[in-house]
Parts: sequence; C-alpha cells; structure tokens
Amino acid sequence: MRLDAADRQLIDRYQRDLPVCERPYQEMAETLGLTEDEVITRLCRLQEQQVLSRVGPVFEHSRAGASLLAAVAAPEAQMDLVAARINRAPGVNHNYAREHTYNLWFVMTAPDEDTLDERLDELEQQLKLPILRLPMVEGYHIDLGFAIDWEALP
Amino acid sequence: MNVPASNQPQNFLLDPQAVSAWGLLRLREQLENGLPLTPRPYQTLAERTGLSEPQVMDAIQQWQTQGLIKRLGLVVKHRTLGYRANAMVVWDVPDEQVGILGKTFASVPFVTLCYQRPRRLPDWPYNLFCMIHGVNRDRVLGQLDTMIREQGLQHIPHAVLFSNKAYLQRGGRYVSNC
Repeated sequence: MRLDAADRQLIDRYQRDLPVCERPYQEMAETLGLTEDEVITRLCRLQEQQVLSRVGPVFEHSRAGASLLAAVAAPEAQMDLVAARINRAPGVNHNYAREHTYNLWFVMTAPDEDTLDERLDELEQQLKLPILRLPMVEGYHIDLGFAIDWEALP
Repeated sequence: MNVPASNQPQNFLLDPQAVSAWGLLRLREQLENGLPLTPRPYQTLAERTGLSEPQVMDAIQQWQTQGLIKRLGLVVKHRTLGYRANAMVVWDVPDEQVGILGKTFASVPFVTLCYQRPRRLPDWPYNLFCMIHGVNRDRVLGQLDTMIREQGLQHIPHAVLFSNKAYLQRGGRYVSNC
C-alpha cells in the first residue's frame, strides 16, 4: 500500500512519544504542519486500511501479565480449522502459519500464570494436539517500533 | 486503626482510593483497545472509566515511567505496508553463549525482535529466537546470509520459519477477558 508524505511522516514521527496532554492530536498537527482534524481523519483511515492496528500503548509483556509463545503441528488439511479454534481461545492475540512441522504459532496472554496454564490445557484438549509452550526467558530486543524503510517497500 | 469488620464494605464504597483503583483497572482494559480518536482522547477515556482527565493522563505517564507501557504511539501492521516476508529464525546455541549472541543479534539493524526461550527436547532444540521483518523472501534470506557470515555463525544449527499467513494479529489483552 502506497501512503502519501503526510501519512509517512505521522508514522515516522509517532510510533512512540505520542503526547500526553489535553489535545494530543492538536500538538501532533502543529509538529507536522497539519490541522488537528486532518491528523484524526488520517489516523481513522489508516486504522480502517489496516495500516495501523491501533493508536495507543504497547504494554511490556513481562509486566502486564502472563504471556507465552506456543505452537502446534496441525495436519496440513486441517490448518484453517485448527487456526480458527485457536483464535477463539481466550487471550490469543497473534496467530501465524509458519513453514515448519510446527505450522501454527500463536501468542496467548492471561492475567496470571495459573490462568494461562489452564487456558492452554483446555485448548490442548479441544485441539487434541500437544502444544509446544515457549515462555520468554530473556528479551534482548522486543520492540516492533522500528523505522519503516519506505524505499524498500513495493 | 481498629475498624470493625462490619464497617469495611461501607468504607470500601466511600473510599476514593478504592474507586480509583477500579477506575485504573478499567483504564487498562480500555487502553488495550487503543486511544480513542477524539479531539480529547484522555477525556473520552475519563468518561468511560469514571476517572478525571488529569487522573487518566497521570496514570498513563506513570505507567510509562514505570515501564509498564513500553511505548505510546502508532502501532503499525507491517504486512499491510508491504513487509510480506516475516522470518522467525531459531538457533540452537550453547547455553553459555546465549547472552552474548542475543545481544549481538539484537544489534543487527534488520533484526526486529530477539529473545531466549527454553528448549523442549526432543521436539524443539532451539533456544534463541530472532525475527526479521522484510519485504520479500529472497531479501530476507540474503540478510540472514550476511548475518551468518559477518558474525561467524556457520557452525550453529538454525532453522528459518517464514510465516505465510496471519490468522490473527492484535494487541495483547491482559486485563480485558477476550
């Protein structure tokens, strides 16, 4: 998807440090030479276009509750079905197909470790597939707010 | 303070601190869906949570300072923008080298995430994960080759797991129950 210069500037400047003040979009508008209304309209459109998943905080996983990367090896013919079941489980927020014997990878979150384990146990029973459970031991770099390489994009 | 037990429910209801704790939990829940796109988003959040606008702003700033909020801003869906190739590269690294290699990987510009996770033998021998978000498969594999050559990683067993479909992608819901 091609974005115009103002959209790109919004993304380049505000993947972090969104102002915390009464009129944050007004302050962003002043910085970028737009109007408050333009900023809000652009953000709404970018969300509709699925360029942004949201505007807002990214919580630190290790401090926000329990979370875990998990994987299952689903039979190739049943992948969509298994993926849909995983999506319906409480606390699942990412679910990707990957090229490997373990072909479905998802992140599950919960308020605490016990709830997380219970949710995984229940999902494991539903799916009748063993779930590979991979909690984070140490994060060396866990920020997806990297600078977009506009030139390299199609 | 000897407060009779029978008085406690009443005190709880009248205690502004307790009301505010409930409001803060509701604020966490609201924030997991993102900031409202209204001219005064913190006021909108205040109306939804029963807090005041300054309380909402204070809480968010405090959570940023404490590190509970890692960043506040636009959360991009890279796939929509054209980052079509997303490779999870997993390595079976000797335990005593995980720390040093993790830090090395994290400093490579095109590595977007890097963390250590436990092995699950015999099914899963890999203990160090890094993610490369790239424009296409060939380019990502080229970047990986560069990394292996420059860091001298030829002897470390690894696997590349490209993702070919996103079934679900949204922010973590820790407090709200969905």
